[in-house]
Amino acid sequence: MELSGAEIVVQFLKDEGVKYVFGYPGGAVLHIYDALFQQDDVRHILVRHEQGATHAADGYARATGKPGVVLVTSGPGATNAVTGIATAYMDSIPLVVLTGQVPTPFIGSDAFQEVDAVGITRPCVKHNFLVKRREDLALTLKKAFYIATSGRPGPVVVDIPKDVTDPNVRIPYEYPREVKIRSYNPVVKGHPGQIKKAVDLILGARRPMIYTGGGVILSEASAELIEFTRLLGFPITQTLMGLGAYPATDRQFVGMLGMHGTYEANMAMHECDVLIAIGARFDDRVTGKVAEFCPHARIVHVDIDPASIAKNVKVDVPIVGDVKNVLADMTKELRARKQKPDAEALRQWWARIDEWRGRNCLQYDRNSELIKPQFVIEKLYEVTGGDAYITSDVGQHQMWTAQFYKFDKPRRWINSGGLGTMGFGMPAALGVQLAHPDATVACVTGEASIQMCIQELSTAMQYMLPIKIVNLNNRYMGMVRQWQEFFYESRYSHSYLEALPDFVKLAESYGHVGLRIEKPEDVEGALREAFGMKDRLVFLDFITDQTENVYPMIAQGKGHHEMELAPYCKAPQSGERELA
Amino acid sequence: MRHIISLLMENEAGALSRVAGLFSARGYNIESLTVAPTEDPSLSRMTIVTTGSEEIIEQITKQLNKLIDVVKLVDLTEGAHIERELMLIKLRAPDAERRAELKRLADIFRGRIIDVTDSTYTIELTGDGDKLDAFIGAVGEGTIIETVRTGASGIARGTRSLHL
Repeated sequence: MELSGAEIVVQFLKDEGVKYVFGYPGGAVLHIYDALFQQDDVRHILVRHEQGATHAADGYARATGKPGVVLVTSGPGATNAVTGIATAYMDSIPLVVLTGQVPTPFIGSDAFQEVDAVGITRPCVKHNFLVKRREDLALTLKKAFYIATSGRPGPVVVDIPKDVTDPNVRIPYEYPREVKIRSYNPVVKGHPGQIKKAVDLILGARRPMIYTGGGVILSEASAELIEFTRLLGFPITQTLMGLGAYPATDRQFVGMLGMHGTYEANMAMHECDVLIAIGARFDDRVTGKVAEFCPHARIVHVDIDPASIAKNVKVDVPIVGDVKNVLADMTKELRARKQKPDAEALRQWWARIDEWRGRNCLQYDRNSELIKPQFVIEKLYEVTGGDAYITSDVGQHQMWTAQFYKFDKPRRWINSGGLGTMGFGMPAALGVQLAHPDATVACVTGEASIQMCIQELSTAMQYMLPIKIVNLNNRYMGMVRQWQEFFYESRYSHSYLEALPDFVKLAESYGHVGLRIEKPEDVEGALREAFGMKDRLVFLDFITDQTENVYPMIAQGKGHHEMELAPYCKAPQSGERELA
Repeated sequence: MRHIISLLMENEAGALSRVAGLFSARGYNIESLTVAPTEDPSLSRMTIVTTGSEEIIEQITKQLNKLIDVVKLVDLTEGAHIERELMLIKLRAPDAERRAELKRLADIFRGRIIDVTDSTYTIELTGDGDKLDAFIGAVGEGTIIETVRTGASGIARGTRSLHL
């Protein structure tokens, strides 16, 4: 088959099984767009801003496990995509981003719409390529997909100069089925000796704790994690990125950990004697003060990325490997052993955890005449039967969703954890809805975040993507306001949003349905009405309590045991010591 | 502690900036960095001299290994190794007495005079960093017009080697 460079790009995507490309045309990619126009296999989704393209592809990838694909032009096309690329990088999401580049003879001449895309993206990609010869196109694209999806996944940028895609020059093309990269061989099998050591440690535990992260979801290891955890009967906590890998409604799940995690999860972390960390990276929002992190624990750490191990916290038994394989191997080893976990020690440990649970740390004021944001999420959970795909933006609403929407399945909770990118939620929801056309998809957001990528409401209309937007509108950048209240003596410097748009009218002007909800008693009805409109995007603007804060909270630089609980939480029960 | 990390990487455009970028992005120290192609033109060999605690050095080697272009890596400091650096140094040599003294010093340090004018000597000197520092100390700062050093290259002693 003889194809032009532009045709090779499109044919390759088709051969690679790519269904959707999220993009925005421009001069440097016009040849590729012309090739896209002449076929029906690869569907192009036209966004309104390149940041939206990367987030939508990212949402698609998070909801499916398949790589998200982006096509943008040179210069501003590439720079606009950077935020989305960095977002995917921090959360290890497989993306392949094709950026147009000025023709090779112009590179380095400050040509129109020229930017060093490879240089700009280098610190926030797993790898990137500049393709200077059309003969290298197919193999480079194959390498990009292979690198993006294998090992610890991540975004890969392929920068393609315009002359490389010249429609008038054709060369032979064959789909490269396989690719080997001599310098890249991710370890997938855990070392058997290390697995034995880990199992020894696990069986000797008296106050064990399982702590898992996004790696379990990336590795599709949910079933293995459930089997492992249930076999042991240990308590399990998950990071923001890990939610859903283990069912949140299960008794062994003690809630999310970290800065806004549950009291029981963080206290159990503080007092555990063996910590089994799986596909998690000991992020600062999780560990709190590192010097006081799990002071009594010996630590097993399973991760596919050797650089994640012993980066922030020293571990006793490191295991490099794919979480799915290692969990299966550990379970097998456990079943082969005669020794079982100490049942009496475990019973006492659970009794202690249940004491902490009794504090009911996610309590909030249910008698308020204002809409409490937590109440909206609880109702969202009820109305969607706990079975929706939920994306979020970044801030208080994100934390409340993580706390109050009980995710029982992996890939249902889609948010920007590492980079914390406001504007992520709505375009990500579009990608999720495309991946799962019949599923219920909602984006929980706030009036500040939503405005960062609001233009994608237009994309949603063009492709008839009936997502539901749950806007928790408190007229503040809520998390900024909360920190200013706590740490800056309530000096609310530039966190109040004046001159907000009328979101109902805004949604309507894009052709969608808008609803404003101002009273607690109207919350459930509005949600039911919105989710009943199966084929419409509905923008639900909830006017919420402006002063609500996210609790519990570990202030920055504090340890897990120094959590601050909500003022309306129950007083300590008898026999339990007061918090420091 | 000071470490010498030696690595083989794909001889590709941008490979050097990936390494340099990694060090600046993560706040690691670079004392020196040298790079050139090997006998296999598809590979470059790089020697990085860096300092840091054991934890930092462990992270540096892991993060370097994580770069897709890095094929193989060894921390030479973990075993016996040889380290060499080349220095070219241009010195003021205005009169006979001074010229004789510099010639003598060059001989003592096993350096070679590689260029001469009526007022300067240019000397080539190879050795580890300490030896080059010692020579600079011996000639005295006022004598030096210009120095250029390559940074350290290193290789393991014995049969241990870094190859594919």
